[in-house]
Amino acid sequence: MTSAPAVAPAPILEIERLSKFYSSRDRRAGGKAQRITALSSVSASVARGELISLLGPSGCGKTTLLRIAAGLTGWDEGTIAIAGAPVDGPRKDACMVFQHFGLLPWRSVVANVEFPLELDGVEAAQRRDRAMELLKLVGLENHRDHFPHELSGGMQQRVGIARALMRKPLMLFMDEPFGALDAQTRERLQDDFLKIWSKVGTTVLFVTHSIDEALVLSDRIFVFTPSPGRIKRVVQSPLAGERLGGDVRAHPAYGSSRNELRHMLSGTEQ
Amino acid sequence: MSTPTIDASQRTPTKSGPATLRWWLDRPNVIRTLSVAVFLVVWEYFGLKVDPLFLAAPSAIVEAGLALVRNGELFHAFLATFYPFAVGMAITVVGGIVIGVAMAQWPLLEYILDPFINALYAIPRIALVPLIMLWAGLAIGGKVVILVSIAIFPVIINTFSGIRDVRGSMLEVGRAYGATKSQIFFKIVLPATIPFVMTGIRLAVGMGIIGIIVAEFFTAQTGLGGMIVMYANVFATAKLFVPIIVIGLMGVVLTEFVQAIERRLSRWRQLERERG
Repeated sequence: MTSAPAVAPAPILEIERLSKFYSSRDRRAGGKAQRITALSSVSASVARGELISLLGPSGCGKTTLLRIAAGLTGWDEGTIAIAGAPVDGPRKDACMVFQHFGLLPWRSVVANVEFPLELDGVEAAQRRDRAMELLKLVGLENHRDHFPHELSGGMQQRVGIARALMRKPLMLFMDEPFGALDAQTRERLQDDFLKIWSKVGTTVLFVTHSIDEALVLSDRIFVFTPSPGRIKRVVQSPLAGERLGGDVRAHPAYGSSRNELRHMLSGTEQ
Repeated sequence: MSTPTIDASQRTPTKSGPATLRWWLDRPNVIRTLSVAVFLVVWEYFGLKVDPLFLAAPSAIVEAGLALVRNGELFHAFLATFYPFAVGMAITVVGGIVIGVAMAQWPLLEYILDPFINALYAIPRIALVPLIMLWAGLAIGGKVVILVSIAIFPVIINTFSGIRDVRGSMLEVGRAYGATKSQIFFKIVLPATIPFVMTGIRLAVGMGIIGIIVAEFFTAQTGLGGMIVMYANVFATAKLFVPIIVIGLMGVVLTEFVQAIERRLSRWRQLERERG
């Protein structure tokens, strides 16, 4: 497995020395405010069309970085820009897929998918057509009138993905999107998502704590370590070329890459 | 070789028919109908035996009811009750939702209003009726104010807590997709709150009926409530029961009506509860 520099040609996302701190009051420490470093001087850049995994244990800052990029939370030092524009709140062309799906339970499947274009004031017939197109892409065109809670978790997340693609986004932010699913559903969704991604060709930032998921999906993996949260290594996935079509999980390099990442995460690499 | 087959008739329970408890429990509507029928027969029997001053038999009530329908008195009284009831409920629903929403949106307003809401909610509102009569008069205005003062609280409280209950994760969906403040309110907060509001309205209907009858007892002595007082005063027991039954029917019909709307608008919430 080769180490790759954290720079890419024609970057769409540029992060430079980004840091974020929390202050928390610890009673045992006499109520003094303590500064906790959630992200410590993170620099990275992502090229257009790349699928990047942010991999690490909980508390390593990977979700914080995703939320900063999505404009949902602020930061303290450094800069971050999408397509050359500094991040300043949520962008309409950078859409989010949530861990717990985030569907609106009173809306039918198709109305949930339409939601982003409804916010944009797109005409009803037009957004319905686009929603049906995407429901077909995720294989749910026959469930358009169901309520979210009538669907399985895997199907709900397909709806979440369809919704996120409605605006033909420049970037997709995915916050452990398959983390709430059982193992089999999870693998199916990973495979199906890869196919969808190859068709829409959008840039993806994918948060996960699963080494397997990162290996199966990504072009590159940003390996995070906690306290303070930082990117320890950027790894080029050896399987990236064979993600589509072949069975990545049976690839000869799979086992060794997996081990290497495990050691990297537990800090016992040679 | 033949395999043993079980004759279908052998599998049906041997004991079926009206003799078993199971058979009855599977037919709750038969039991309900019988229960009411037996009650009416017993009432009729004793009603004919006791002094009609104290208890009227069902047959006498039906007779009195027909007479009151024929001379138009019942319809007149019904309208006299229903008109202020409808006005009062409209004010209750609209006012309750507006106050509830406003309190949930602006904490300043919440802190200003909630001591009064809590105090008024704790006092039995019937205790305020004489005071309200003094202020709002004995005509329709008085009835409406009394009804609203009794019925509006569940609407305010349910709307308020419904909005406060909207999950942060749901609001974040709106934020992440770049919704404006008013889009978040109208497309996320309000739809999420509707089941709560409908429950508040259903409770308000029950309280509103109590409110309007209480108002009629105390104030103008018109309408169905006025009819009850009037016939009680002259010991016309059979006639006394007629408005009571009409009020009961009104309560059942209105509650069912609101419940039907509530079920329709809250189906998603039911699904959410059932399937997690």
